[in-house]
Amino acid sequence: MNFDELFGHLGQHTVDGLAKGSIYALVALGYTLVYGVLKLINFAHSEVFMVGTFAVLGTWTVMGATNNPGIGMMLVFLAAGLVAGAVASGATAVAVERIAYKRLRTMNAPPLAFLITAIGLSLVLSEAFGVWQGRLVKGMPTIVPQEVVFQIGNTAITNTQLITVVAAILMMIGLDVFINRTRYGRGVRAVAQNPDTAALMGVNKDRVIMLIFLLGGLLAGAAALLYSVRYGNTRFNVGFILGLKAFTAAVLGGIGNLRGALVGGLVLGVIEVYAATLTSSNWEDVAAFVVLVVVLLFRPTGLLGESLGRARA
Amino acid sequence: MSDLTRTVLLDVDHVTLKFGGVVALNDVSFNIYRGEILGLIGPNGAGKTTCFNVMTGVYKPTSGKVTFDGDKITGRRPHEINHMGVARTFQNIRLFPEMTALENVMVGTDSRHKTSVVGALFRLYRVRVKPEELPAVDSDNGFIRFTQQVRRWGAKTFGLSRHTLEERAGERKSLDLLRFVGIEHRANEEARNLPYGDQRRLEIARALATEPKLLCLDEPAAGFNPAEKEDLLQLIRRIRDLGYTVLLIEHDMRLVMGVTDRIVVLEFGKKIAEGSPAEVRDNPKVIAAYLGETADAS
Amino acid sequence: MTTDSKVERDPKVERKRVSIGDRWRALPKWQRWLGFAAFVAFLYYLPLLGIPGLTWLRTDYIANGNNWAGVLFTCAVYVLIALGLNVVIGLAGLLDLGYVGFYAVGAYSVALFGSRQSPVVQAIQDKFGLSQEWAMLWAVCIIIALVLAMISGVLLGWPTLRLRGDYLAIVTLGFGEIIQRVVRNSVSWSGGPAGIAAIPGPEGAPSADNKVFGLLDAKPWYWLALSVVLLIVFLVRRLENSRVGRAWLAVREDEDAAAVMGVYPFKFKLWAFAIGAALGGLSGLLFASRAGFIEPNQFNAQLSILFVAMVVVGGAGNMAGVAVGAFLLAYLPERFRDFAEWRFLVFGLALVIVMLIRPQGLFPSRRRARELQDRREEVPAGV
Repeated sequence: MNFDELFGHLGQHTVDGLAKGSIYALVALGYTLVYGVLKLINFAHSEVFMVGTFAVLGTWTVMGATNNPGIGMMLVFLAAGLVAGAVASGATAVAVERIAYKRLRTMNAPPLAFLITAIGLSLVLSEAFGVWQGRLVKGMPTIVPQEVVFQIGNTAITNTQLITVVAAILMMIGLDVFINRTRYGRGVRAVAQNPDTAALMGVNKDRVIMLIFLLGGLLAGAAALLYSVRYGNTRFNVGFILGLKAFTAAVLGGIGNLRGALVGGLVLGVIEVYAATLTSSNWEDVAAFVVLVVVLLFRPTGLLGESLGRARA
Repeated sequence: MSDLTRTVLLDVDHVTLKFGGVVALNDVSFNIYRGEILGLIGPNGAGKTTCFNVMTGVYKPTSGKVTFDGDKITGRRPHEINHMGVARTFQNIRLFPEMTALENVMVGTDSRHKTSVVGALFRLYRVRVKPEELPAVDSDNGFIRFTQQVRRWGAKTFGLSRHTLEERAGERKSLDLLRFVGIEHRANEEARNLPYGDQRRLEIARALATEPKLLCLDEPAAGFNPAEKEDLLQLIRRIRDLGYTVLLIEHDMRLVMGVTDRIVVLEFGKKIAEGSPAEVRDNPKVIAAYLGETADAS
Repeated sequence: MTTDSKVERDPKVERKRVSIGDRWRALPKWQRWLGFAAFVAFLYYLPLLGIPGLTWLRTDYIANGNNWAGVLFTCAVYVLIALGLNVVIGLAGLLDLGYVGFYAVGAYSVALFGSRQSPVVQAIQDKFGLSQEWAMLWAVCIIIALVLAMISGVLLGWPTLRLRGDYLAIVTLGFGEIIQRVVRNSVSWSGGPAGIAAIPGPEGAPSADNKVFGLLDAKPWYWLALSVVLLIVFLVRRLENSRVGRAWLAVREDEDAAAVMGVYPFKFKLWAFAIGAALGGLSGLLFASRAGFIEPNQFNAQLSILFVAMVVVGGAGNMAGVAVGAFLLAYLPERFRDFAEWRFLVFGLALVIVMLIRPQGLFPSRRRARELQDRREEVPAGV
């Protein structure tokens, strides 16, 4: 247990953790949105994220991106990556809903059938990319070279960390406003509270469900871009562990609760970095899992409590 | 019989229940005595079902307590309350739809059985049995006859497993109960295929199978026509005659008057009257409470 | 118990529904016993059978060798896994996505306590001054594997079984992945990524002197696994046809009503989970003993999904169905090894297609089939 390292550079580790957690938070929002409305864990969401990273990679490859482009091209690549990731992930999420879940809903299938279909889809997506793109790690060009932008004491904050955290928080606020202040958001909250009554009141349930899958997909696409910028690689099974952690983040914050997803993601990221510092990076995934079990044991409704419909967000 | 000669089975002691600011039950107290049929009545929204849920441990009262046969009921889990000797039926029937009628009742009898997973798996707990309980040897086919003889010899030498005995006893008792409520001919039909009235009877049989000291019936006559209600009255009386204590929650005044020994009346979460059917019927408060409901109640 | 009720049913309906299963059930009991005995005898004879194209399977051990018996052994182990997982998914209605975790616990139990090369055995040797040849007996390892697997099942089920079912799914999924990492990281006691060799079988550590359970001839291994499968079928049937089976079904149908009738849902769910875990551990032990060597990569999370696929495709709740499902999903990949790349893609597709088109599985249990059909009838016309 390396306590000296942890407390000697506590600020640095916290910043690293927050940056890491921001990506979890964005993916966690996808789980939380779907869960809040349908009470369904969308296992395939991790693969929605994976598709996004490949879309970013593909776009950059087609555009001929290289390491360390100038600031102008950097912005172009980022914008293109964001669009590609969001479109690919959003489309995948909606396709998953259309092809599988909608049919199961009309069949009035038991929850077990949804879960099994979801893991089946998850396997199909990741294996399809495994067969198509090969099973090795695929590297990406470094679009944003790491630079330290702030230095507070012995804590250095890099540009990518800053971009990641700020982007995540901005998107979170945007989503919060969308759900709480717009007409579409009201429909989402209505269906989350009581689907049948909402349907009677003229809310188009299918459209709302498609909307939340689309939103979740777009956010996963954004997360895919941030991931690509930060880690510079992807793989056919990149979604599995990340999805598991994002789900843990959602449960930690209170699944179904949008702000909870953000808080849960950030907290989980920090816990992981602390755990990795104390032991070794081999154990950070184990730490995340232990967190999940402990939360379920002592506070199954999460830090901020559940519910997309009732509380504000 | 005066109250002095009877023993209290269930004691509802100054129970108050609040949901947020709403007072669902306000200082309600009454007793159920062993061997009686107590009716709990009141207009819609009077708190009958809430009171029922407190008595069966679903809700925990804000203050006051419920004691059953000397033990506190509040805070216990549903299956523990069942083991204490409280059984209930549901207002909106909740059978196990895919199980046969017989199996539904057998789930009830299992509540009193000692065999659990290990016992069912290995069946090592052996019990000596009387000769008439040994497996029969009755086949004409020589080969089968031989296997039957082997089994009989085994049962004679090693006894039968407690699991087997309990399973047999449970089946026998379940069939008896089905006969008692009058649906023996439906034993092998799935519960969901039973007609509505038979489903209600099956629920009663299933509750009785758990050998309760107190049987709680939650609006058992809901959706019945007068002839069916009359049959149900007969059934409830027969249940009482077997020595069970019955709590009857009912909306229909006439049904309650016809069968109960005593009645407790609730209105707006408060007890407004208690006494024999005749006393309650003439109580002005009760008449006032039910005035707007007479058409409904008949 | 459902057979008696047919007498009263409409004859028209009856004629329509006569299937092989119904005909089978209509036979006198002794004929069914005879048929079953003949089938069992056939299963034991199976490795000696030679049908060109069907039973010739390539092996990596010997050039041009036939691995038919080895594949049969794998099939038998997978059938055992499917039977265990069927208790969890089919009977108790709990989705366990980390079954590979229990499989790994079983495999590592026999490896860590039975192999002379394992750090655990070596530590025990040092501590008690035992000879270098000492290791736990295989029979003792079986008990250790069962107990450890059950304990891990209970530890995992305890916090999650009280919660909604989908939490259980995700926690078990995590468990399946995490256990592999724990093993890989803990070099000091698990051998780490290098794995552990010299895992014993019924005759002790693998060596050329072993007369029956050797490395080359897989037939005795298959017969052993088959015997275990038959024993487990017998035991699980006992559970199904007892109050335990009724309790599982009752909890699956209406948990609250079951609790009010005196069934403690948590207890029976936990039992199902523990029994499933124990069977997973047992199959892991058989696998490790036969292989003689294991390493963490053999226990990846995808395997869990394969296990779920066996149960779901075969027909959850029906032991014969899941056994056929397991056989197919173990045999077909061996038969079509050239398409190994596509293997998990096909499993995923199979899961999705079965759920969307035939949610009861290929061989639905009668009861479960009705349950699912019934839900469809309940859908209001407007949807």
